Amino acid sequence: MPQPFPILSLVTWLPVAFGVAVLALGSDRRPALARWTALAGAVLGFLAGIPLWTGFSTAAGGAMQFQELAPWIAFFNVNYHLGVDGISMPLILLNSFMTVLVVIAHWEVVTDRVGQYLAAFLIMSGLINGTFAALDAIVFYVFFEAMLIPMFLIIGVWGGPNRVYAAVKFFLYTLLGSLLMLAAFVYLYHQTNGSFEIQDFHRLPLSMTAQVLVFLAMFMSFAVKVPMWPVHTWLPDAHVEAPTGGSVILAAITLKIGAYGFLRFNLPIAPDASHALAGFMIALSLIGVVYIGLVALAQSDMKKLIAYSSISHMGFVTLGFFLFNANGMLGGLIQMVSHGFISAAMFLCVGVLYDRMHSRNIADYGGVANTMPVFAAFFVLFAMANSGLPATSGFVGEFLVIMGAVKVNFWYAFLAGTTLVFGAAYTLWMVKRVLYGEVANEGVASLRDVGAREAVFLALLAACVLAMGVYPKPFAEVMSPTITELLAHVTTTKL
Amino acid sequence: MNTATFSLVTLAPAIPEIALLVMVSLLLVVDLFVPERERHVTFWLAIAALLSCATLAGSITGNATAVTFQAMFVADPMSQTLKVAVLLAVAVTLVYGRAYLQEREMLRGEFLSLALFATLGMMVMISAHHFLTLYLGLELLALSLYAMVALQRDSVRATEAAMKYFVLGALASGMLLYGMSMLYGATGSLDIARVAAALGGANASQSLAAFGLVFVVAGVAFKLGAVPFHMWIPDVYHGAATPTTLFIGAAPKIAAFAFVMRLLAQGLGGMGQDWQLMLAILAAASIGLGNVVAIAQTNLKRMLAYSAISHMGFLLLGILAGTDNGYSSAMFYVLTYALMTLGAFGMILILSRAGFEAEELDDFKGLNRRSRWFAFVMMVIAFSLAGIPPAVGFLAKLAVLQAAWEAGFGALVVFAVLMSVVGAFYYLRLVKLMYMDEPAGEITIAPRADMRVLLSANAIAVLSLGIVPGPLMDLCARVITASL
Repeated sequence: MPQPFPILSLVTWLPVAFGVAVLALGSDRRPALARWTALAGAVLGFLAGIPLWTGFSTAAGGAMQFQELAPWIAFFNVNYHLGVDGISMPLILLNSFMTVLVVIAHWEVVTDRVGQYLAAFLIMSGLINGTFAALDAIVFYVFFEAMLIPMFLIIGVWGGPNRVYAAVKFFLYTLLGSLLMLAAFVYLYHQTNGSFEIQDFHRLPLSMTAQVLVFLAMFMSFAVKVPMWPVHTWLPDAHVEAPTGGSVILAAITLKIGAYGFLRFNLPIAPDASHALAGFMIALSLIGVVYIGLVALAQSDMKKLIAYSSISHMGFVTLGFFLFNANGMLGGLIQMVSHGFISAAMFLCVGVLYDRMHSRNIADYGGVANTMPVFAAFFVLFAMANSGLPATSGFVGEFLVIMGAVKVNFWYAFLAGTTLVFGAAYTLWMVKRVLYGEVANEGVASLRDVGAREAVFLALLAACVLAMGVYPKPFAEVMSPTITELLAHVTTTKL
Repeated sequence: MNTATFSLVTLAPAIPEIALLVMVSLLLVVDLFVPERERHVTFWLAIAALLSCATLAGSITGNATAVTFQAMFVADPMSQTLKVAVLLAVAVTLVYGRAYLQEREMLRGEFLSLALFATLGMMVMISAHHFLTLYLGLELLALSLYAMVALQRDSVRATEAAMKYFVLGALASGMLLYGMSMLYGATGSLDIARVAAALGGANASQSLAAFGLVFVVAGVAFKLGAVPFHMWIPDVYHGAATPTTLFIGAAPKIAAFAFVMRLLAQGLGGMGQDWQLMLAILAAASIGLGNVVAIAQTNLKRMLAYSAISHMGFLLLGILAGTDNGYSSAMFYVLTYALMTLGAFGMILILSRAGFEAEELDDFKGLNRRSRWFAFVMMVIAFSLAGIPPAVGFLAKLAVLQAAWEAGFGALVVFAVLMSVVGAFYYLRLVKLMYMDEPAGEITIAPRADMRVLLSANAIAVLSLGIVPGPLMDLCARVITASL
């Protein structure tokens, strides 16, 4: 097979290389140099990913595209094997896009150790792309874990008052889950007679007991990452304490890695266990959707509210996956991308307010729309999208998942549907308390509206949210062939 | 009968050891005539001795196995590789320790010659083909180490540590010898190859051999510092001067690996069933206790001591697999572990200065504010010790875990994996102190260029071995296959 141009390696290593360059160039005395280098790296990283979309063949079915294969560690037969399908390709682009936004968003906000901050984001961006592209379990694991290091530093160094606690909790929670997954990989390695290829794992016949154990080990890893109720408790801490950029990447991207893991590992490796445990997974997802939705309603801290809203929305994603029909799965995937845009936008909006007022408390605001009309317009749009208003991207995924759920069980759909009520309630109630009413205090009275830089990233996200809401077809076209094949694979028993 | 023919040809396999012995003797004499301010002559002589012996050991390549001294001494690919590693580790130790020792007026001929004698002991252990040679090498190492720990004779802590080390070490040696005598009774020989052959035959008394094995394993566990024979490790690590701790923490672990290989894998390989289970218990206890107790430490040297205990548990995971896969994984583990230990103690040494020991965890507070590079160096080493990719510690752990799994110790692997999470906590705390806290006191970084360069190279090696582990892993696999 002739090796075409290694686009996936480029999108993985280009941001990492720029991250290292930023570290080398950007001493704290010259933050501007670090900033422009980082922006160049982020933009180039995104541009490098464009051919993945344009060159993606929807006729290829679920086959991996843009594959790269090279031996890495001969001793355990580990290969540097990258490739994307309709599931991972959009996520890589989403991640590269978010990195650009994060770099723009930090500009005037972060002043302490700028070079290290930006380098951490760029390196993490590359590692996340590697995670999505990896087709070898060990390569996947290395990226998956290595990514924790920059995130740990981002939360712990540039975060809020309780940042160290949040950072350590985040790290240990994620590590605990992923080490069990590693044990499962070692088991599968010996079952396949010495292969760490994920696609060999997919083909490997396994007994029901083995499948359940493998499923649970990987479930521990990905459920923490998604996060699913009841292992979600790290997320509000981490989100709240992380700096804005960290919250954006956490919510928009790293949560998706958990959901992606279910599709790449749990379902195809342990299909029978997945069917057997579907009820359990759906129950956890629905608890997440409903209960966490109610918890969000009770929050007085904007970031915490959005964090809980993220958990609730991610419940939709896992619900969709375990319905085992095309609507549910496509809905889950679209919800992943859409939630990436919306949660990022929401966190950036809170960041805009926080930069001015240094408070995340809803009670400290009121009447912001009077002083920041442009900002208010954006904020309302994203809030509407977060509550699933038609013609925004939030609607498409949720609607498809509910459609899928109706086919399986009316009550699943009913419970999932309550989110349209709760989601609207907590989001719009927050918007009402923050934006509307009388100007609450002098702080609010002296607010400046968004500047050009802030308008740029908010407008970009608004465009994405609307475009995806009005015309989701391109996404569906890319994802559908892979989903069809995955569903066919999952329906075939491995026993 | 044996007619001893001591020609240069028959001695060829032992040339690196002989050369080292000659050079240590030379160093002892030269040191007598070197004035105090010219002491660096002795130092560079020691480095030269180590490097030239490493070249000699490295030049014996190929897959041939040669024995000498009536088959009491063997040079095979494994021994040559491990010797090179030991010699280099000692050389790096001396470079890291130089400034510290100089400031405390400890950089004398005594320290250097004891270090070299200990190195000679390690080389003899590595090349032993007879239980007595093994024991002789071990004692040469141990006696030198006792003296090195006690070298700070005015320090109460060091004296106490040396005393503990000596008493417990002598006890362990006694147990080892007792076990060996049982094995002699069971097999009628002390020669490793003959013991192995006899144990496979029908004449050996299996119960007597098993009895001896228990004592041998206890002795081995003491030398490795596996729980419940670990008591000396924290006190010795803490009490000894930091360069001595580094010396004890790095190279002897490599020698201890060779010791276990010669004794258990080669000599008592036929009793694998018996010692596998013993090692499994030792490994589980070490990994569990080492990681949990490390959390409670505020002194970095003590923390690294408990970390060493848990790492020895991981090393045992590879050995207890009892397969070539397991042995090569364990060898990879021990070599990379030595590299990480060198880096970790190197960081303590580079932050220490006259009258100040940077050995408390709090001394690392806010290091990132003072030196971004050395905070990064320490972070790489901490994450490597914790087994987080992309540093090499992850691949080393993966290697031993998959080997143990292959040998059917799945539950032990899951336990080890879960304890790694506990372990990650205290390494994370170190990273947290460096990156997330403000500096508490003054932080100075030793200006010596050779140390800075070497320490940086050390961290880069830890990182790049994690990215390109192939050559070292293949080397381990090749020499293990060729030597067993």
